[in-house]
Amino acid sequence: MERYGIPLDHFLIVSTIMFFIGIYGFIVRKNLITMLMSIELILNSVNINFVAFNSYLFPENMHGYFFALIVVAIAAAEASVAIALIINIYRRFSNIEVENIDEMKY
Amino acid sequence: MINFSYTVWILLIPIFMFLLLGLLGMKFKPLLSGVLGTLGLGVVMVLSYFAAYQYFFELPRLNDTYQQIVAANYTWLRFSDALQIKMGVFIDPISVMMLVVVSTVSFMVNLYSIGYMKGEKGFQRFFAFLSLFTFSMLGLVVATNIFQMYVFWELVGVSSFLLIGFYYERPSAVAASKKAFIVTRFADLGFLIGILLLSFYTKTFDFLSLTGPQGIEITRNLTQTFMGMSVATWALLLIFMGGAGKSAMFPLHIWLPDAMEGPTPVSALIHAATMVVAGVFLVARLFPLYSFAAPDALTVVSYVGGFTSLFAAVIACTQFDIKRVLAFSTLSQIGYMMLALGVSGYGGEKGLGYMASMFHLFTHAMFKALLFLGAGSIIHAVHSNYMYDMGGLRKYLKITHWTFLIACLTIAGLFPLSGFWSKDEILVAAYNHNKLLFWIEYLVAGLTAFYMFRLYFRVFWNKEPHYHHTPHESPLVMTIPLMFLALASIFAGFLPFSHMVSSDRLPFATETNLTVAIPSVAIGLLGILIAFLLYKKDNNTVEKIVKGLGGVYKTIYNKFYIDEVYLFVTKKIIFNLISRPVAWFDRHVVDGTMNGIAGITVLTSRKIKGSQSGQLQHYAFFFVLGAIVFALIFIYLW
Amino acid sequence: MTAYKIMFYLFAAMIIVFSVLTVTSRRILRAAVFLLFVLISTAGLYFWLDYQFMAGVQLTLYAGGIVVLIIFSILLTSHIDQKFTQAHWTKKIMAAIAALSGMGLCLLVLLNHQFIPGTNPPIQNNMTEIGTQLLSTGHNGFALPFEVISILLLAAMIAAIIIAKKGK
Repeated sequence: MERYGIPLDHFLIVSTIMFFIGIYGFIVRKNLITMLMSIELILNSVNINFVAFNSYLFPENMHGYFFALIVVAIAAAEASVAIALIINIYRRFSNIEVENIDEMKY
Repeated sequence: MINFSYTVWILLIPIFMFLLLGLLGMKFKPLLSGVLGTLGLGVVMVLSYFAAYQYFFELPRLNDTYQQIVAANYTWLRFSDALQIKMGVFIDPISVMMLVVVSTVSFMVNLYSIGYMKGEKGFQRFFAFLSLFTFSMLGLVVATNIFQMYVFWELVGVSSFLLIGFYYERPSAVAASKKAFIVTRFADLGFLIGILLLSFYTKTFDFLSLTGPQGIEITRNLTQTFMGMSVATWALLLIFMGGAGKSAMFPLHIWLPDAMEGPTPVSALIHAATMVVAGVFLVARLFPLYSFAAPDALTVVSYVGGFTSLFAAVIACTQFDIKRVLAFSTLSQIGYMMLALGVSGYGGEKGLGYMASMFHLFTHAMFKALLFLGAGSIIHAVHSNYMYDMGGLRKYLKITHWTFLIACLTIAGLFPLSGFWSKDEILVAAYNHNKLLFWIEYLVAGLTAFYMFRLYFRVFWNKEPHYHHTPHESPLVMTIPLMFLALASIFAGFLPFSHMVSSDRLPFATETNLTVAIPSVAIGLLGILIAFLLYKKDNNTVEKIVKGLGGVYKTIYNKFYIDEVYLFVTKKIIFNLISRPVAWFDRHVVDGTMNGIAGITVLTSRKIKGSQSGQLQHYAFFFVLGAIVFALIFIYLW
Repeated sequence: MTAYKIMFYLFAAMIIVFSVLTVTSRRILRAAVFLLFVLISTAGLYFWLDYQFMAGVQLTLYAGGIVVLIIFSILLTSHIDQKFTQAHWTKKIMAAIAALSGMGLCLLVLLNHQFIPGTNPPIQNNMTEIGTQLLSTGHNGFALPFEVISILLLAAMIAAIIIAKKGK
């Protein structure tokens, strides 16, 4: 259960803390790009979980490994689309504050 | 065996005409639509006559009895094998007779209307409605089952409503049409309950089985009673209530005089000759049931008929609107028919009243249509309904004068016009059965002669008022129906009616009872004489008599204040005690609940719509919280 | 305290500290650089676990690709020397409540759960094995997700171009 004296739980604790820091950032930050960064944090923490589970619990195959790879690819795709959106929003509103984008309220 | 399936066309042609004129009428020239409608009804009339000829003369009789034939029967509504509503054509002596009456009068009225309604707004609409009415009435008389009759009964009510309210710009016409509709609908409620009661116990709607031996047996042996009367009596009384509504029997008669707001041909067709006898026809149709299962109901029929005939005749003597006089006279004559049915027994000589009633229905349709069409011709000439705007018209309206005189003589029951024969049979039937009613009818016969000749002398003789323009005779298209109907009024009485229509469909012979006939003619002559003395010349005797009668005259003139009683009962009692609380309940409790629900919804949504802020981060916050709450629930509470 | 342990705690501390700095820094370019540090630290954790290929992907794609993309967009849309205003304190508290309660719940569950470690001998995770599994269609083959993700990337690329394209 331990590897070089480090239990699985420690990985999980690290990734959980990172995950909720990402959530905190997503709620607090006004700038769309910083919100995007928060999302990257969240995805990254999930990746740590995948990899750690694979390594500790199912070392005989590589499912977690590939899932992490796929998440990285999705993160790349998401980032590219998000940035395209952000640039478009910048063109329309001349800034990228999320609070200004509320046309779809009631 | 003769195939009667062509009689379906008697129904299909008028409804087709109605659809044609109703949908496309505005595209036609007025005259064309009138001619089309008339032609359609002409075909119907020929078909009816042909059917009557075949039925009475060519169709072989079974043991000398006229057969009852279901010429067509389509299932219209099918609920289950036991409960089916059919539509069809039922042929027996009275339906064939009614076919002849309805189609003849309809045709004559259509023809007449081409002249009478000329230049009126809605000419095409008028003919469409006439066709609709004819369709409904024909459907009613050939109904194979009581439900079909009910359906057409209501259709007749609707077309009557439409035609009374024909001049819908006129408030009085609108009020009259509403009154007619509401009063007859109210009566029809009784009819419907009666139908349901009767069908519930006999398990059939079909006339053939209802009035056959089996139906009679079932209704006779009903043991259920309600408030001391057997269910059969109740059912038949309720059905009679519907009939009384449509036939304007006391106390449901109030709509008929007001119905004269409609165009005069309509009055002739619907409110004199055909529709108002639907009630009589209904009782006649179910007569075996009345006779065997509920003689008490039949007694009620006879007294209601007798009272109405007297009551209406008295009022008719005081009215000045000529159409109203005729309306009350119609009431009176229908009362005669009801009375005749009421005093009749079943079978052969005992069924004399039944035969007399149908006979009178037949002759009355002819001479009353004639009277109304004549009145229409007079109104057409002087542009007024009121007697005091008329006088001395015999010089101007020659054909109208002669035909009107014939009609008056007929209704007064003078030998040998048709009215004499039919009225004589009724009097004989009453004489054999109930002396009180018999004497009432004698009195009514006298009154009838009096008020009809009051009308006649007042309009055609008497002093000539100042006419704005000289009255002129109506065009030929109007006088031809008058002449035809006059001929029918004269000669219809010579039909061997008892050989065609009888309660058990078995022909029998009648003979004139001189002890009854001679006094009745004498009373008629007496009435005419009094009218002659009072109204031939303008004199002030009438005013003196009116003054002498004082309050009595006023009461009669105001139709015994029956309308006022109705108004009092409905407006003061029903509205205040029932309608207003119900309206209050509806407005505040029922509507209040609904409005409250709506209000709460609006209020809530207004309050919570703030959460829909458009701020992405708020949504994210609530999303996370919600996810945590769900996680908690699933982990710890599940 | 072995060197491995020290390495792990160092990476863990760096991840947490730089994550916090990423979401609190008031200069956007600094935030991006802190994010880069977080990602590099994560790559360090992968190295620690002996997943070299994964760590390489993390470095090239995440640290190299995405962060550069983010920095580009920052340069396009923001002034470098602009400082963010502080978020309103109610918002901070709201976010803190959400994050802390979620974190508490997750940690509670994770730490109370007894994971069953794998007993099978570990697979050789060298590049040959990874390439074979990623493109094989049989047992343990990931050819279908690989194809799906490539189509997704293609779609994302097209979408990004169309969205960012100026006007019609």
